[in-house]
Amino acid sequence: MTLVVIPALMLMAALLSALGLGRRLASAVTLAATATALALAARAALLVAAGRPIVDISGWVSLDGFGALVLVVTVFVCFLAAIFSWGYVAEHWHDVGRISAYYAHLNLFMFALVLVPVLAEPALVWIAVEGTAVFSVLLVAFDNTHGALEAAWKYIALMFMGAAAALLGFLILFWAQQSSGGGVYSWDGLRAEAPHMPVPLVMAAFLLVLVGFGAKVGFVPMHTWLPDAHSQAPSAACALLSAIKTTVALYAILRLVPLLPAGTVSGVMEFTGLLSAGVAAFLLLQVGDYKRLFAYSTVEHMGIIFAAAGLGGAGALSGAMLQLVAHSLTKSFCFFAAGAALLVLGTREIASVRGLLRTSPVAGSALLFGALAIGGAPPFALFLSEFSIFRAGLERGHYLVIALLVIFIVIAFFGILAHVNRMVFGSPPGDSGARPGHTAAPQPGTGGNAHLPFRPRLPATVTLTLVLAAIPILVLGVYQPTSLHTLASMAAAALTPGGAP
Amino acid sequence: MHDPAAVPWLESLNALTGGLFLLTAFGLVALRQVYGCLRLYVIQSILLASSAFLLAALDHSWHLVAVGVLDASTKAIAVPWVFRRALHDEVQTRREITQVLNVPTALLLALALAIVAYLLAAPLVAAGGGRGVNVNLPVGLAGLFVGGLTAALRREAVPLFLGLLAMENSSFFAGIAVAPDLPLLAEVAIAFDVLILVLVVNVLTRAVHEHIGTTKVGALRTLRERETR
Repeated sequence: MTLVVIPALMLMAALLSALGLGRRLASAVTLAATATALALAARAALLVAAGRPIVDISGWVSLDGFGALVLVVTVFVCFLAAIFSWGYVAEHWHDVGRISAYYAHLNLFMFALVLVPVLAEPALVWIAVEGTAVFSVLLVAFDNTHGALEAAWKYIALMFMGAAAALLGFLILFWAQQSSGGGVYSWDGLRAEAPHMPVPLVMAAFLLVLVGFGAKVGFVPMHTWLPDAHSQAPSAACALLSAIKTTVALYAILRLVPLLPAGTVSGVMEFTGLLSAGVAAFLLLQVGDYKRLFAYSTVEHMGIIFAAAGLGGAGALSGAMLQLVAHSLTKSFCFFAAGAALLVLGTREIASVRGLLRTSPVAGSALLFGALAIGGAPPFALFLSEFSIFRAGLERGHYLVIALLVIFIVIAFFGILAHVNRMVFGSPPGDSGARPGHTAAPQPGTGGNAHLPFRPRLPATVTLTLVLAAIPILVLGVYQPTSLHTLASMAAAALTPGGAP
Repeated sequence: MHDPAAVPWLESLNALTGGLFLLTAFGLVALRQVYGCLRLYVIQSILLASSAFLLAALDHSWHLVAVGVLDASTKAIAVPWVFRRALHDEVQTRREITQVLNVPTALLLALALAIVAYLLAAPLVAAGGGRGVNVNLPVGLAGLFVGGLTAALRREAVPLFLGLLAMENSSFFAGIAVAPDLPLLAEVAIAFDVLILVLVVNVLTRAVHEHIGTTKVGALRTLRERETR
């Protein structure tokens, strides 16, 4: 019953936190729940990689290679968010009610996130993905500033609009399966029935889910809410939103791809992916807020993954899967680093920050590390996965798509590094002694957190989070364990029409 | 078994329900009063439940009866109750809603969207088949599009959200015909999800009201990119 226990742990932590345990106890409960969940998820993933898919409740709760990949990454980032929150909460809030509310919301959000990969019934997956939106809205609005409320409104409006479209998509999918002879309404049942299902119906379902959940992923015409929401929430929640919530929504869309005959939607996927990657790469050149910078980078990476999955073929698909994992790990690191910088600086404005490396060596070097890693510089995980996508794409002759991807990645790389360079290097504005007021003058509603004192020392748990989050990014950049490779190829097979489920 | 002669009669009644359902969707685009919008939403939800009961009678399906009861109790009773409490604090009198477009233009756009929905639904109806699908799918798809238009045109929190809820209603209106046997657990969970969402939006609306003194969410537009110097 491992798969049932993991979400149950999060739910229990949410209930306990809501009781008003006090800061230390709520932090400890959350940390214990996520640590246990991480151990269980890792064990489950190793079992799946060894060729033994887990079925807890047949047709409802099960785990295959694709699910295992998403589950492990999700729970790992939840664990990091729990450690990060420990010190962050102690710095920010002193009122027990606020702290209880924060942990209750955070745990509910994590509960919904881990449900997505373990559920096998599409209608329930729809509800879980909905849950990730509903439970994170209050986290986005948590700081209760003008900016936070605005972001939360835009967020919930677009989420719910997408939800209605995706719901109709999943209902039509059910219709398609029933009209071809029925079977169990689960990912596996659908794959088994796929060759007999009427293509127009599955196509309609795919397009509705693409539009509906694409809004949650942040695909380009529907990306406007993303930088707002991902910059206004508390940093641990930002990491979960940007690294995991987008990923689980993308996971749900990708599950529908193998139900259509091979190549039917490649064009749609490549176009959507390239559009998102391209627009985001240009948009991130002109941001003024470093959290928004990383948020646009999420839109870009979601585009890369979707375009790569659209290319098809085992190589590109497993490359896309590795990219999915590497992006989640790296992006969560970036938001933890941004959170550390925010703790030190008290502003999110890029223009007002100089010489962070001298003000706070930890936050400064973390931000630089994150920028290099998310840009896809060589010794890090994303370099390897992007490289394998390029190789697979070129082997199959998709020259135009790969060329465009390379251009967008290079633009984004320089965009991110240009912004982060300004912040990290140089001398801190306070050092010259000229204009002390220059450091923290955030605009109302956008800078937020102006009440925070200037505080170069970071809480120990924040530093610990950064170290723990950096390890997999470095390790996966030089060495990919066999089990990860097996899971990625299993996931690639699960995305290929007619491939072995 | 029912009298076979009763079947065409039930089917035309369902078609009438579908027509009225679409009319409420148009009404939500055009109506300028907050309470009026809420009342229209309740009527739409009752029509959704009626269609579920009619299809239940046609299919002899207890499952659809349960779905109808579930819809009526959440959407026609619980959701309006929450909204009425939210509205009570904010708008004592009937408030006019300002819109982005004038009413005739908005209605013309809605009509165009409805026609597009009918054209898109036709090949799907031909491919799938099933009782009531020829009415419920096009109406549901049209309602989805028109609801999206409503939400895009509204600037006031509650009517905007009612447009979104109308989209969800429309998805269900199509759903009761295309997926009548969807597991009841999923139906219950979806209804529960909508209820939680409404509560969350209620909390958020109150927070916005406390913070900026109005519920004109359309006026919220400070978050955008600034030039880096």
